[in-house]
Order: sequence, then C-alpha cells, then structure tokens
Amino acid sequence: MKAFDYAAPRTESQVVDLLSPQAGHTAIIAGGTDLMGLMRSMVVTPDRVVNIMEVESLRELGPDEHGAIRIGAAVHLDELLSIPYLENYPALGQALRGMNSMQLQAQGTVGGDICVQPRCWFYRSGLSSLVDAQGVIEQGDHRNHAIFGNAGPAKFVSGSRLAPALIALEAEVRLLGPQPDEQRWIPLADLYRIPRMEGQRHTTLEAGQFVTHIRLPAVDLAQGGATSGAYEVRHGEGPDYPLAAAAVKLSFSGSTIGGATISDARVVLGQVAPTPWFSEEARRALIGRVITPQIAEEAGAAAVLRATPLARNQTKVQHAKVAVKRAVLLAAGLETGGF
Amino acid sequence: MADIQYTWPSKEKASVLGHSVLRLDGLEKSVGAAKYTYDINLKNQLIAQALGSPYGHCKIKSIDIAPAIQVKGVVHVELLRKAGDELQWNGELIAMVAAESEGAAGEGVAALKVDYEVLPSFTHDENLAEAKKRKLTTKAGGKIELQNEPGDDDDEEEFEAAEIERLFKESAYVVEGYYGVDAIAHCCLEPHGSTVEWNGDKLKAYHSTQNVSGTDEGFATALNITSDDVEVECNFIGGGFGSKFAADYWSVAAARVSKETGRPVKFMLSRDQELKIAGNRPSGYINVRLGADKNGVVQIWDSHHWGTAGTKGRGVSQSVIPYVFRPKNFRRLATGVKTNTVGSRAWRAPNHPQACAMTQTAYDDLAAQMGVSSYDIFMRNLDNISSRQTADVYRRELEIAAKLMDWKAKWHPHGKGEAQGSIVEGMGIALHEWGGVANNSSATIRIHPDGGVESFCGTQELGTGTRTACAMVVAETFGLAPTDIKVHIGNSKLPVSGASGGSTTIGAISESHRRASLNALAKLFESVAGKLSAKAEQLEAVGGVIRVKGDPTKSIGWREACGSLGLKPLEASASHKRGDKSSLSSEGVGGVQMAHVAVDRETGVVRMKKYVAVQDMGLVVNPVTAESQIYGAVIMGISYALYEHRLTDPATGAFINAEMADYQLPRIGDIGEIVVELFEPEDQRQRGVIGLGEPPVISPGAAISNAVANALGVRVPVLPLVPERVLDALKAGKA
Repeated sequence: MKAFDYAAPRTESQVVDLLSPQAGHTAIIAGGTDLMGLMRSMVVTPDRVVNIMEVESLRELGPDEHGAIRIGAAVHLDELLSIPYLENYPALGQALRGMNSMQLQAQGTVGGDICVQPRCWFYRSGLSSLVDAQGVIEQGDHRNHAIFGNAGPAKFVSGSRLAPALIALEAEVRLLGPQPDEQRWIPLADLYRIPRMEGQRHTTLEAGQFVTHIRLPAVDLAQGGATSGAYEVRHGEGPDYPLAAAAVKLSFSGSTIGGATISDARVVLGQVAPTPWFSEEARRALIGRVITPQIAEEAGAAAVLRATPLARNQTKVQHAKVAVKRAVLLAAGLETGGF
Repeated sequence: MADIQYTWPSKEKASVLGHSVLRLDGLEKSVGAAKYTYDINLKNQLIAQALGSPYGHCKIKSIDIAPAIQVKGVVHVELLRKAGDELQWNGELIAMVAAESEGAAGEGVAALKVDYEVLPSFTHDENLAEAKKRKLTTKAGGKIELQNEPGDDDDEEEFEAAEIERLFKESAYVVEGYYGVDAIAHCCLEPHGSTVEWNGDKLKAYHSTQNVSGTDEGFATALNITSDDVEVECNFIGGGFGSKFAADYWSVAAARVSKETGRPVKFMLSRDQELKIAGNRPSGYINVRLGADKNGVVQIWDSHHWGTAGTKGRGVSQSVIPYVFRPKNFRRLATGVKTNTVGSRAWRAPNHPQACAMTQTAYDDLAAQMGVSSYDIFMRNLDNISSRQTADVYRRELEIAAKLMDWKAKWHPHGKGEAQGSIVEGMGIALHEWGGVANNSSATIRIHPDGGVESFCGTQELGTGTRTACAMVVAETFGLAPTDIKVHIGNSKLPVSGASGGSTTIGAISESHRRASLNALAKLFESVAGKLSAKAEQLEAVGGVIRVKGDPTKSIGWREACGSLGLKPLEASASHKRGDKSSLSSEGVGGVQMAHVAVDRETGVVRMKKYVAVQDMGLVVNPVTAESQIYGAVIMGISYALYEHRLTDPATGAFINAEMADYQLPRIGDIGEIVVELFEPEDQRQRGVIGLGEPPVISPGAAISNAVANALGVRVPVLPLVPERVLDALKAGKA
C-alpha cells in the first residue's frame, strides 16, 4: 500500500475541497470493503484518502416531502435493509439480501456499491488497465467478462450489486462538485459509461466530483400498478461476485398484478457488461403480456438475443437468461423453480 | 523402580481421554490475545515486501533498484534474482524491499524497475495432447498386475495386452470414463512468513511453521551458521495443510536483510503471493476403462492418468491408483506434465484426494450403468481392496453412514430423481484410507513440589487442539484436570518433536507425553510411598489424589504428595521413535463418507444438502477436537469439489484468480448439514492413538461428484464442479 494522507471532513463542501482536481489522486473511502484491497495491491494509489463517513448529511435515510426515498451515499447496506419503506421496492430488498454476508452488509455502503471498481481480474492484478488496448483480456481467460457492450477495448463487467435494481426502479443520484456548490441530479443509469480510451473511468464522475445521495421515486405497491424483482445467479451463498444478475420493474395497466397486462417494463442486467445493461429486447417481450412462466422464459431468451460473448464466456449468456427469467417471476410473485 | 507399563486406561477407567475437552487456548484465540506470527511486531522492526514475476515464464532483462532506494522510508533492497535469470512461474520473487512502514515498502516495490522478456508459457495441464506436442511430458511410472502369468514361450507385453482384452471381453459391464481434479492452492489464511531478529550471531525467527523443531536447520544451513544459534518460535498458526515445513527462501532473505540492516524484519507474503508460490496440490486427470462381472465386482482396471506438480512434471503418484479398491487385474500408467507453475507442496493427504476422485467416480459410473445403488457396488467390491484398514471396518462404517444418511429411503437410480422446478437431488459415496503413524517425539514433564505440573515439547499447535491434547494425556496420567497442566510447545529449544505432517502429531505427542508422565509418576510414587506405608508399585493417581490401589482410605492429595519432593522439582523425559511398536499408538485408518446434493439444472449451481462422515482413528483422545478436525476436512473437501481451483491465464501464464475475491471458497451457507460419526468400537480403541488430520479430506471430491452424477444422470468429469462445467456436461449428455 502506498503511503497516503487521510482526511475525515464533516461537511459535503469540505469533501469537495479535499478532492483533487486531478483524477486518481484522491480516493473516497466509505466502508472500504473494496478500496482497501485495491490499495493494498497498489491498483489504486491515491495520495489522499477522504473518509466520508463522518459527514452527517450523507447518512440521511428516509422519505422526502414528495414521498421519494433519499439514501445518503454513506448509509450502510444493513441500515437500508432494515427500513420499512423497502417493501415498496422488492427488487432492492432482494438484491441487498442476496449479498448474504453480514460483514459486507454491515460495513459496505450504498454509495460504495454503486461506485465500486469494475470486476476484471486482469485489471485487479495489474495485468491490464480498464481498457484492454493490448488485447490481453481478449486472448486471455475472460470467463467472467462482458457479453454485452464489449465491442470496444473495455471488457470488464460492472460489479455493483445494487445498480440493476436501483436503475430498474428509476433511481437518481445527486452529484456534488467539482465546485463546492455545484450539484445536480442525474438518472443513476447515466452515472455509468463504457470507457473507450486510456484514462477514462467506468463512471462519468469528473475529478473533484462525488455521489452524495440516491433518490428512489415514490411507489406504493399496495395501490398496485407496478412491482419489481431482482435475481442473481450465484455460485455460492456468499458475498462473492454473482455470475449474472437482473432486476425488473413491471408496470401494469390494470390495478392488480394477477392477470394484469404489462404496460411497461424496465429490465436491467448486472455483471454482464461494463455498465448495468438495459435490455430493450426483454422489455418488448414483456409489454402487452400477462406474466406466466412461459412469458418470463421468453423475456429471458429475448434479453440475450443480442449478446456478443467472447471466445470463452458463453456460460454467462445462459446465466443472464436465467437471471432475467427469474427476476420477472419474482416480480410477479411466482416460484423461480431454482435456488 | 518397577517396570512401567506403557498402556492406556480402559474406556471405563479413563477420566480425561475420550471426554470432550474444549481447547485450552480457545479463549485466547477467540478474543485475539493469541499471537500468531502475523501478529508479532518487534521494536524498531522493518517491514519487508517483495516483487514477484508477473508472468508465467519470462527472463529478466534488467533490474534497476535505484528508484526504490530513493523512496522515502526504504532502508534496504535485497535482490533475490538477477538480470539474465529466467523465471519459470508467476509470482516467483525477484527482490525484497525493507522499509520503515508498510506503505514505504509497498511504494518501494512498485518503484523497482524490471524489464522482462516474456517467454512462451504452458500452464494447461489438462491438455495432454498439447503437452505432448510441446514435448512437456515425462514418464511417471506405472504397474501391471494380472492373475494369470505368461507361459514360458509368451512375449510378456503381448500376453499382457491379450490378457487385458480377454478380461474386458469376459466382463458383463464395461465402463469407460474420464475424470479429473484441478490443481488447487493451500490458501492458508495466515500467509507464509516470519519476523526475524538477530542477537549478535544468534537468530530468533518467529516463523509460521508446522515444523518448529525442524526449521532451525533450514535457517542455519542457508545462513551458514549452526542450528544451536537459531531459535524458531510458533505458538499459533493460521493454516499450513502441508505447505509450511521449510524455512523458505523469503524468510531466509528476511534474515539476511535483518543482518544487513541490524534491525528486526517482518516479512509475510501478500495474498496473491501466498496463493501463487506458497503451495499447491497437483492436478490429476484420468482415462479409465474398467470391466466388472454380472454382480458388479470389478475384474479389470485399465487407466492412464496425467497431471502437473510444476515445472518438473510429476503429478499424482501412480501407486495409489486405483484407490482403495484394487481389482486382482489392473494396469495403470502415469504421465507427468511440465507446466510453468511453482512446484507443489504436500497438501492434506498427498495424492489421496485426487486418486479417490479418479477412481471411485468410475466405480459409481458402474453402478449407474447397472442401474443399481452405488452402496451395493461399493459393498460388493470390498473383497478386493488395498488399504491399511480392513474390509470389515469399511462394511461397518458403510452401514452406519447409510443409516445416518437414510440412504435406502432417499436413494434413486442415477438421473431418475424427481425434479422440483429445475432442481434435482442426488447422493454419492466414497471411502478412503490413511496411515497416521506416530511421529518422533520427545517430551519432558516437570512436577513442582507445590503440585504444579509443566510439560515441554517442541511440537506445534496447528489449530487442531494439540496443546489441549498434550495437557489431556498428562492430566489423565496424573489423575488431574487438563487445566492443571501448563503446556509448553512451539519453540525449537524444547525437546525435539516431529513436524506436523502425515497426521502424525496426535500419535507423537500422545506417545511422548504418556511415557514421560508415567516415568515422572513412577518417581513421584517412590517419593510418597513411605508416607502411605505402601510400595511405589501399589500406588495409583486418580481424581486428584495418590492412593493405594484397592484401599482408597490410604490416600494423599496431589499437592501434598508433591510436597514430598522436598525443594527440587521432579523431571522425567521420554521419547518415541517413529515406527517403534507400541501399545499406545499404531497406524492405518479407513473412513466412509456420503454426500447429498441438489443441482439447479438451469444454472449449473450445486448446493450441499447433507454430508455424512464416519471416521475411525483408533483411540479417540479428545472427541470434540476430533469432530472439529473432520468438520474442517469436509468443508475443505466441499471447497475443492465445488469451488476452488487454480486458474491460469493462457496468454500471460499468470495465476489469474489468486485473490480471495476470485479464488472461490465455500461460505457458511454453502456447506449444508454435516454429520460426523467417530467410529471407536473396542477393537479399534485397542489399536491405540492414530492420526486423523488428513483422512477425512480425501473422500469429498469423489462423494460429491458421485452425488451430482446421481442427481443429473450425467457425469461432470472434472472437479471442481463449477456451474460452467455442470452446464457443459448437461449439454454434452443431451447431444
């Protein structure tokens, strides 16, 4: 680990002040569950580490005046898991519970998860940068790499466990910086991008900018009209990276789910592309239909129609397909038929 | 002094042995007070870190250490390799940087400028054809045994070939199969390493080791001093599994740096280095053909297996194939595959887990082909075994395991279970054998005049409860409680005791501590005999008193008895030599295990439902730690059966999953229900103490593979049975 300066500011604007205008020079630490390992292996080598856990406003958690749920970036995953509002967002609850690791849930934060460094063992062991200009990943063992969005030099997959569910649920994020008073809300989906050249990151965050809050639009499941579900294909029960993940939000034209026609669907896959991945094909397969196991199966098949697996990550296509199918079934309150 | 009988008390008379005693150091460990090597920090110490080769095969074109030396806080750079050297595996250490802080050491390592010429590497040991093409195979031996012998005029090779074909032709059933198990890393939670310190010309090494008494010599030889000037200490260890017997070149380098700088040096491998260079288990892949009679009794086995133990080839020894089951006619052949991977180290029951997974899978496929229960096939083939345990014990253990698993009620023919959604269930069996002889061991017992008792022995605590077992044996002998005994182990200046390898420790320390305590007790009896108006040989130590046998009214408290020693403590020692006949210990165990799994056919994910392990080990010293050993072994077995393997990148030759996030291990939720049964009928207890550390880790690979095959009706050939392989096998099975 490289020696570094450490700061623990108390306000959001102090955080911005402490962030370097140059990329890579500062790192924000919240739970540290991912950052510490990357710093130890010198993949991330900041000169300054800024701990945001003592900023009171970043621990905010609850509904705002419009009924939207505001979640501070420094809120621990298990705190989020314990709030009553979560039952209106089943996909988020399912994603959180799926981590199945008390340590990760107690130590990890919402902001940390959505900003988590990409999953790529070449990047994480120093054999490649995020963009694989040399073709190391393409020629190498890329069994866990992208099956979508992989035409360019970026082959990694987005590692966030919550982003598919949050994006399906139309979450927005508040960004602050680079100026201390410069803030804006953007759809969470727009936080991610596929880097095309050396030096670009996996998020659209500029140097000196950070995520302060996540906002979930108001939903009242009891009134019907919409539901959601999330499913991860996991090798084991634990906190390890899932093999593929999917989250869906389904809106209905009728007032009840059973027998109601789907008027809109948001289907977001995780762990399959350099960003959380919208599936327009799956959306189209669902709109105008009534959920049955057969329709869920078709949505899964549609989701991977346009997958572009590399030489040896074909299995991820099957896993992505199953993840979508089971997320749809969970959203409808049906049995997945699997683990 | 009368002749001392070195025996154990009967089960009924034993007051400590066979009764569960919680680890004496359990509290220390659970509150973090126990100091592992990683916890040792000395005043004024330097922290060292090292740079390893990023490639599977490369040559060092140049090394520039100047930028590292310029890093603030860096004190010393020690080159382990030089320009022009060829590095044969990923992670091989090149240079060590010692600094004032971990941060400075890390920056120093990052600042080292090394130019590499990347050379072609080969790491895909499963691919025998490619290895042959590249001339990277070696002959690894073989054997043919046939009941019929060639006639005088027969050409031996022609006869053998013809005889084998005849046996197959006569077989009612022929199974042809391919099976295997990938290389895995030891993955010790506490990596290898030391904190070292010189006091003049004497070296003190706090060293994470399974070999306290034997590592001083390794340091001494490498540093050109004598062993009397080396003291090795290890009170607690965070995993070894057979990989921590040596001083290791990195710890020797740390000692050199310490000498050079005049300061203590702490060096522990990083996580990826631990996985890459500090120990791995050879892979094994096998093509098998076996022929059986109409009852499913195997008459002929014919196999060729290959695998890698590193750059020299080798792989799994041919001597253990076919495993436990040994038909009267067999031919086995082994080929080593040379790969750009570091040499293997002994991994818990070397050769046996792979051999089991390469043999008993084929026997299970025979059951599948016949449509009969694997239980029956395993039972019927027990007449033809090669094992250090008897067929009779295996039969009894199979019966117990079947009851605990409810085998008969739950069993279904392979692939014929009822599916729940995409989930199918299945069950499998495997059995194993091991030695577990008592290693060399010396111990000294000191009884103080105030009643205090201390034991001294240069053995080590592997986390298995050795410290507690030492106290139990002494306590049993003296009629005291284990907590009354102060146990001293973990230092090379103590009486020499063998390395903890081969499941030899429990036998070793039981021998030395029982003998030394009996010797001490005989002296104490001499000393107190007068007070009790009896002869020494009439006395016994029971329940905290010394008393006259058959006359409990004539007794004296332990403390008072020790008072008879006067001012000086009493000391007695004893040694046991490995292989010496003894009624206290012996060797040779069996063991039967059964697995019940569920498989998701859509995702290929396998989940453990229940696992049964029935294990014999002669006399059980401490049931609770014995059970704990078996739980640990089963979990480790589930790990290599379903999760962990070394993945090497074809392009760079790098061990690509050498981090905990990618090197998958089972978590608590992944292990299912584990049922452990200690098999200790009187005929086994009579055999004395036998080691059990390794045997229970042998069967899980085969048992779980068999359970998955039973669930799916298709064999997933190579362990670990990761989702991708399960899906591939299902696809191939349909085609």
